[in-house]
Amino acid sequence: MNQIPVPRDIPLPMPAPEPLLVVLLVIFFLLHIAFVNFMVGGALISVWYEIKGLKECRYDRLAYEVASTITANKSIAVVLGVGPLLAINTLYTVYFYTANALTGTFWIAIVPLVIVAFLLTYAHKYLWHAMEGRKGLHIAIGAASCLIFLFIPLIFLTNVNLMLFPEKWGRVQGFFSALLLPNVLPRYAHFLLACPAMTGLLMVWLFRRRSEASLAGTGWQRDELMRTGYRWALWPTVGQFVVGPVALLTLPTTQGTPVTLMGIFGVAILISTWMTLLMFVETRRPAARIGGSFVSICVLMVVVLGLMGAGRHVYREAAVAPHRELVRAKTEDYMRRVDEANRAAGAVTRPVRP
Amino acid sequence: MDFPVFHLDVFGNRGLIAVIAVLHVLINHGLAVGMMPLVACMEWYGHRKQDPRWDRLAYRILFVSFLVTTTVGALTGVGIWLSVSLVNPYSIGSLIRVFFWAWFVEWLVFITEVCLILAYTLTWKSWREGAAKRRHIQLGFALGIFSWITMAIIVSILGFMMDPGNWLSDNTLLSGFSNPVYLPQLAFRTPLAAAMAGIIALFLIPFFVKRDDPFRNEATRAVGIWTLLFAPFVVVGGYWYYSVVPAAMKDNLAVSTLTLQFSGWLDDFLWIALATVVAILVIVQIAIKRPGLLPRVATVVPFVAILWLTGHFERVREFIRKPYIIGQYMYANGLRVEDYALLQRDGVLAYATYSSPLTEAEKKFVPADLPEAERSAMLARLQKGKDVFMDTCSRCHTTHGVNGVAGHLQRMFGDARWTPDLTADYVANMHNAQPYMPPFPGNKDELGFLATYLEQLQGNRTPVPGAQQAGIDIHPAGEAKLADSGASGPAAPAQGARK
Repeated sequence: MNQIPVPRDIPLPMPAPEPLLVVLLVIFFLLHIAFVNFMVGGALISVWYEIKGLKECRYDRLAYEVASTITANKSIAVVLGVGPLLAINTLYTVYFYTANALTGTFWIAIVPLVIVAFLLTYAHKYLWHAMEGRKGLHIAIGAASCLIFLFIPLIFLTNVNLMLFPEKWGRVQGFFSALLLPNVLPRYAHFLLACPAMTGLLMVWLFRRRSEASLAGTGWQRDELMRTGYRWALWPTVGQFVVGPVALLTLPTTQGTPVTLMGIFGVAILISTWMTLLMFVETRRPAARIGGSFVSICVLMVVVLGLMGAGRHVYREAAVAPHRELVRAKTEDYMRRVDEANRAAGAVTRPVRP
Repeated sequence: MDFPVFHLDVFGNRGLIAVIAVLHVLINHGLAVGMMPLVACMEWYGHRKQDPRWDRLAYRILFVSFLVTTTVGALTGVGIWLSVSLVNPYSIGSLIRVFFWAWFVEWLVFITEVCLILAYTLTWKSWREGAAKRRHIQLGFALGIFSWITMAIIVSILGFMMDPGNWLSDNTLLSGFSNPVYLPQLAFRTPLAAAMAGIIALFLIPFFVKRDDPFRNEATRAVGIWTLLFAPFVVVGGYWYYSVVPAAMKDNLAVSTLTLQFSGWLDDFLWIALATVVAILVIVQIAIKRPGLLPRVATVVPFVAILWLTGHFERVREFIRKPYIIGQYMYANGLRVEDYALLQRDGVLAYATYSSPLTEAEKKFVPADLPEAERSAMLARLQKGKDVFMDTCSRCHTTHGVNGVAGHLQRMFGDARWTPDLTADYVANMHNAQPYMPPFPGNKDELGFLATYLEQLQGNRTPVPGAQQAGIDIHPAGEAKLADSGASGPAAPAQGARK
């Protein structure tokens, strides 16, 4: 039988209305994750093209162009992650800190891992030309940063998954047992596919704005570069039509709102289909017309991301809401006992109450 | 208690926070808050004098700062948060409830700061002439201001932890933010950051300007003047800061500056600190008066010295507020002052949600040849003792590692048996003898359980795993059933579910 722990919450009032915290969490998390996608996808694509560049040097130039975007994107990814972290700390204090503690070694390892990955990313970018003669080592630096970038999201996903299921807390022993809970790996695959897809769109944005002069020495035509970006966006997105439903169906069942959830994701799938068709059409367009649907694709992508974020929140609430009521009742009961004990002891009680 | 107990039994939980936090402060003060205005001044001066050498030096120093602040600096900032949420979730959870909007504004400023440092660094070579250059210099000064604002907000939270001031009675963000320690601490840290940046720049100049280049002397002299300019403000700010530290905390100074073991050496330590400050000032003086005489290796001395002094200052600041983690509100063990009446009556285990399962090494303390009933009872007693230790001692203490209780017991009682009578009596009264220790929060029975656990430590040096390795058991008091609303006695005792 699963034992379900019911801890007490921090006995201080919420600092802001809950809906405001939810908006902060959902919107800024999406922004954060978009830049994480650019960062991880950029790192992977850059190393891939650098390897191809060993045979055909124009790929090396393309790899450098992509690598140049990573360092700014990674700084923005980190800074945009702080707001959602603040919101999740506040909204889900009990759940988040518990999951952190149960996977603590890996949770705190995020700090040195990200530092090393960032330093490797800088080395990869700023030593690109200085290491022309040592390509193998240079590619190894890029590949090492990719491996770290690929691992870190697993730590986050394991945490945000574990926090939703108090009945699992007593059974978990360290990070790896939490990693193997249902749904972590499908969600990870969902994330992984999003990285090249989002970076593909970033490439289109980057190259459609470039002046002819700056493209002249690269060995690439503008439409080729844009088409390449669209291909990176298209095929992983096609893959999401398989991985997305798997991630959805492996979610543990919760009390609450599966109909709303299915509705949100159903609409997201419909819009994704439209977006994917537009991407496909773009890859087939002639040079003169390619990019005509770029803004529409981006708008659709934002809508899909918004729906994903909303669905994610609806599920999270459905998963923890009943348990949160138990926590609330237990906290109130505890505070009542504290007051009673202080009165009995003749101590002055403080007026801080949730 | 209410969160699974993350625990590092060799390195110590406080050590984890200390390493991350000290590294962050050194980078934040030295390479961001202090360095950005210095770099902008160099760029401005070079532009005014039409001397490209200043521009080159400023860019190189900025590039180093950019690499370090956007990697180690940014991540250790987040790391403080992550590590505190592991080690003391009660304190960070409470601070976030109080300071949410301060942190939120700080986050917006931080976003601006990151965008500015990216823009400032990446446009250095393209915004070179005329109006673009002037804009670029303005960008540098704006970056300096935003870096300072982030520090100015966070310093308020540090001050609050030392003395929450009126927040204890009115619970408003404003009274928490404007705590008595805030402005004096900010007045100290601001010039400290500027002086620190000067010392780091002195250290970096020889890497970027050749010895035979006369510009090296010019740059060394100018940066020396910058450093010396802020030195008196560090002293004045430091004195103001010291004057507002609550008197009770100053009594902890000897232990916080050194350790319990070496607390008698406070005078010696203060002389060493003074000698270090004098050494910094002498070298900076030489940098100003006779920069040509200053060998490259000499710049290492103030560099290492200022890092050491600042790091040590942070350690003292963290320790001095003991026994509290939030002055007068929450003890270092994460329990609120207000909770004590209840917990000392009913016991901490009566309200504990989790239990930390006994390890095989701990179970060996109970003789295997005991009758089963007796053995089970003794194991249950040991389990309760361990839970009391993990819930009330382990935020600051390990068993045998850094700040280990076994080390303290060994020092006090030597090789004599650490019998429960001996240790229980000590633990019950320790806060009287050592004012930095919180009173024992549990009841009399729990004192006995803890003493039993301490007894087994004498023969068991195996490190104790935290929840991050061993997982947790659910304490019967913490399972999903609502406790009855009356203030009845303690709930059923802990039984390790995982055998």
